[in-house]
Formats: sequence, structure tokens, C-alpha cells
Amino acid sequence: MNQVSVDAAAPVIVFRKESRWKEVWRRLKKDRLAMFGLAVISTMIILALLADFIVSYEAALKMNLRLKLAPPSAVHWFGCDGYGRDLFARCLHGARVSLTVGFATSIATLIVGSLLGAMVGYIGGKLDDIVMRALDIFSAIPSTLFAMAVVAAMGSGIVNICIAISLTNIPGFVRIVRSSVLNIAEQEYIEASRAGGTSTLRILLKHVLPNSVGTLIVQTTANVASMILTAATLSFLGLGINPPQPEWGALVSEGKEFLRTAPHLILFPGVMICVASFSMSVLGDGLRDALDPRLRT
Amino acid sequence: MTDKLLSIKNLSVQYKTDLETVCAVNNITFSLKKGETFGLVGETGAGKTTTALTIMRLLPAETGRITEGSIEFTGKLMLDLTEPEMRSIRGEQIAMIFQDPMTSLNPVMSVGDQIAEAMELHNKDNKTKEQIQARVDEVLLMVGIPPSRKFEFPHQFSGGMKQRVVIAMALACEPVLLIADEPTTALDVTIQAQVISMIRNLRDTLGTAMIMITHDLGIVAQTCDNVAVMYAGELVEVGTAADIYTSEDHHPYTTGLFGSIPNLRSKARRLTPITGLMPDPTKLPPGCTFAPRCPKKMDICEDEHPCVWRNGTHLISCHLFAGRENWRKEEA
Repeated sequence: MNQVSVDAAAPVIVFRKESRWKEVWRRLKKDRLAMFGLAVISTMIILALLADFIVSYEAALKMNLRLKLAPPSAVHWFGCDGYGRDLFARCLHGARVSLTVGFATSIATLIVGSLLGAMVGYIGGKLDDIVMRALDIFSAIPSTLFAMAVVAAMGSGIVNICIAISLTNIPGFVRIVRSSVLNIAEQEYIEASRAGGTSTLRILLKHVLPNSVGTLIVQTTANVASMILTAATLSFLGLGINPPQPEWGALVSEGKEFLRTAPHLILFPGVMICVASFSMSVLGDGLRDALDPRLRT
Repeated sequence: MTDKLLSIKNLSVQYKTDLETVCAVNNITFSLKKGETFGLVGETGAGKTTTALTIMRLLPAETGRITEGSIEFTGKLMLDLTEPEMRSIRGEQIAMIFQDPMTSLNPVMSVGDQIAEAMELHNKDNKTKEQIQARVDEVLLMVGIPPSRKFEFPHQFSGGMKQRVVIAMALACEPVLLIADEPTTALDVTIQAQVISMIRNLRDTLGTAMIMITHDLGIVAQTCDNVAVMYAGELVEVGTAADIYTSEDHHPYTTGLFGSIPNLRSKARRLTPITGLMPDPTKLPPGCTFAPRCPKKMDICEDEHPCVWRNGTHLISCHLFAGRENWRKEEA
């Protein structure tokens, strides 16, 4: 490891052998389950990016009533839906929308929610009162209704859906971050660092947030799946992605009409959502452990 | 005196909540010269830590109020400074060592980064990263930790080692004043002895002035030039270490404190504590605050707050000394 130099007369500066992120990566690699999650989620993202080269977008839209509700076969791997559209193509192209919505909204919620939550939790006082009461108003409105209102006001489309979903999720996120920050702000090392002349912003970014990183990661990865489902709800209500564009949640809700005759219509997109959310959460758990220096090996 | 570093005059601090007002520090006056070590002794809740936090201007913003008095540090009136000006003093000119090393280090930052942080913040002469790292190594060596351990995290250190790290953090910017708030309370006796002798050596080599807050009279005797005994937010007795430890005249509270130190040679089967508890700081008695527990209580003690009597460098706030030989009334 590092060279020890205890000779004060000829000080040799000791430098870190590996950077913080390299170390986190090294530790993450040891966690098999997390690496499995990372592999699965990366495969999904790559497949979604390369969707056009695998099956053309037209295949996802082309109707063929002779193939209505066809079961999985060598030509149509996932079978066909009620209009005879190839389900594999729809799932693959749907991944683009679903993953984009899932990640974009989770990340937006993470950034806004953690900054706002850390600020109100650490600074407290009037700011805390004002922000938290405002968020109470937000969370008093049923989230689906609120998302519907936002989409109805701004029009549908993927960006607006992301905004609507993020807005409905931010209040809950802020509350979680705030409670974790309230706890950390009490700690003596925060006071010690104030006594060292550190500014409030720096304390927030360098001392408070890194200590609540576990909560943030777990909450964010859990969010990815629930965001995909919220998007599905919106699509189902006709406010999300416009048909015939495919999207996982919309595929599930379309398929539920044929649940008894053609269960594969729900099975495949449902499994996609499950696998995506499972691999996100194991990856999140692994990341949390890898980032926590107390669990260092 | 021209070489005064810190002088506190008639300082009073209250904690105000909707329900009650806590008089944590009441009208204290003391001063500190460059390189001097000042001991602040008293039992839990006497207002020692509040005094320290007031000097750093780190009282809780919601409740803490400085109701009276002034703090002068290197000629600047501390209570008039703005928050950014205070930030540049904290850590650079006045550093603080906290009571519990277990909780005063950030668990997710390596100790090297934590030591470097104060230096990066107060980097006036534009040190490079290498120079800062070199200084981190230097202070770690100074407190007896091999620099190769600077990438490790607080949980990988023992309690005594953590307190060394905390001390290294405080000394990194070479402050002129170090406030040590019960630096050894959370440590066991052998480590206490190491840490105290280390603090003493460092103070002697660096010439840092120090306020040593403790309830351990032994530590004060080992380290301090001047001592103040604090009771219920007041300084009941102030003097040089010799005044406190060898003089015959004491405030009854100080006598009680010394009386409660267990003695190996005496055959006593029980300790001799000071009877009673400290008065409720929300309703302090109108007369002497120590009167309810004082074995030498007189009638006047309950009604009239004692003034300060001076004999050379020795100051005592007690009615017993009124009219005694050599003791003159100190003007406020």
C-alpha cells in the first residue's frame, strides 16, 4: 500500500494511491448481486439505444389482424398484441420511453429533493416552515390527480410527463432527506466544522449530504420503478405517451383486457418492469455499501 | 497590558425559549495573554461550553442571546464582526477541540481530507495541493500518527487516536488561540495523560494560547497558568494556578471542589461531595448563587449578590472576604 514516512527531517509527501471513485468501483465489483444488477440494467439501456438496429420502429406499429393475440413463436418472440403488432418490437422500443422517464424523473427528484431537503433540514427556522408547508399543499393533492393537472395544463409529451412525475414525487423525497439531515445536523462533527470556519453551503455539500448518501441512493433506485409505473398510469388515463407509441406501462394496461386469453401480453412488459426495478434496487444497495467507508474492506 | 490576546468583559449569555429563559453565563470577565493557558473549571452545566461557543460566536441562532458585555480578540470587537469575518477567524485564528472525539469527526471523510479542509478554507498564501498535503503529513507527525494513515476513516482509529486527529485539525492552521472543551473527558486515564502531555508540548513549541475547559482539577494543575472556577454561569474565583492550588483563601465552592477529590491516603469510606445541586439556571437565587449549598452561609448571602474581592492576582466573589486584610474591592 502507501509508503510510510515517519522521518520529519526529510518529509516525503504521502499521496493517495487510488482515487475515491476507483476505490468505490473496486468495492462495487466485489458485490456479485450489484454487478448482476449493473449488467442487466446496462444491457437494457444498450438494447434500448440500439433498438432501431434490432427491430425497426415500423415493426412496433404495423398492425396485422391475422396475427391478433398470436402466442410467442420463432418469428414473433414475445407474440403479438390485440392488433397483431409484434410485442417484442413494442417492448424494445417501449424501453426507450420507460427508461428515459424512469431515470430522468428519478435524477431530477434526487437533485431538487436532496438540495431542498438538505437546505430546509440544516438551516431550519422560517425557511423550513415555509418550504415544508408549501410541500404539504402539494402532497395534499392526490398525486395522480396532480400529475394529470400538470399534463393537462402543459400538454402531453415525454418532457412534460417527466416534469409532472418529478413534481409529484419531490415532496416525499424532500421529507425523507430532511429527516435524515435533521439527524446529521445534530452531530458534533458539523459543529466542529463550523468551528473550523466552513460556510453553510460547503457544510451542506461536503458534510451533510455525503452522510445521507445511503438514504438518497436507496430512495432514488426505488423511485425508478415507481416512476415507470406512474408514467404507465398516466398513459393508461390517456395523458401520457400518445398511442400508438409503445411504453412498458401502457403495454401492461393494454394487455390487461386480454388477461384470460393472452396472458403473455402482460407477462413480457411486466417482467421488463420487474427486472428493471429489481436490478436497480440491487445495484442501489451495492452502491450504498460501496460508498460507505465504514463498510470498507 | 498590551499583549492581551482575548479579553472578555461583563459577558452574559441567555438561552431564550418560549417557555423559559436560561441564564447560562452571567457577567463574567477575564482576559488571556499571548501564549498563556487559561483553565476554566466547573461542574457540568456551569456554562463553560457556552462561554467557549460565545467566543466562537457559535451559539444556537434560534435561542442563544448575548445580552451584555464585550469580547475583544486581537483588538477586534468580536460581537461586531459579520458572519463572513467570523468565518475567517474560526479555524484560522481560533480553533476548537471538542469534547467527544467519537462524534466530532465526519465518518464519511478520510481524516487527511478533514485536516486539509480548514487549510483549504483559509488558504491565504495560495498553497498548492502538494503544500497542503505536506502540511497534513506534518501535523499528523506532530500528534504522533504516521502520515500514511491519512486516507483512513475515523472508524478505523481508536478513541485516543481520534482525539489526536481532532487536535491535528485544530492545529493545522496554527491558530493563536485554541479552545479545548473537555478534550480528555471521553478518554480513559492513560490516554488522557498522553493527550494532555501532547497538548502541553505542542503549546510550548507553537506558543499557542489556550483556554482549557475541564472539570478535572488535576489537568488544570498540570497545564494552566491561570484558572477560573465557574459556578452557575459566574466566575466565583479567578487567579494564577498558584493562587488556586496553594493559597489559603478560597471561595467555599472551590474548597468544596478540592474536598471532593478522593484521597488515597485518607481512610474515608465515602467521598465527600458538595451537598445539593446547582441552582436552576432559569431562576437563579437573588443573592449569591452558591448560598443554598454553602457551608459558610451568612444572612447577607441570601439577599445580596457578592462583589469581587481582589488580593494581587487572586479574585474571589464572596461575602466572606469583605473587610479581610489584603482583600480590596474590585471595581466592576
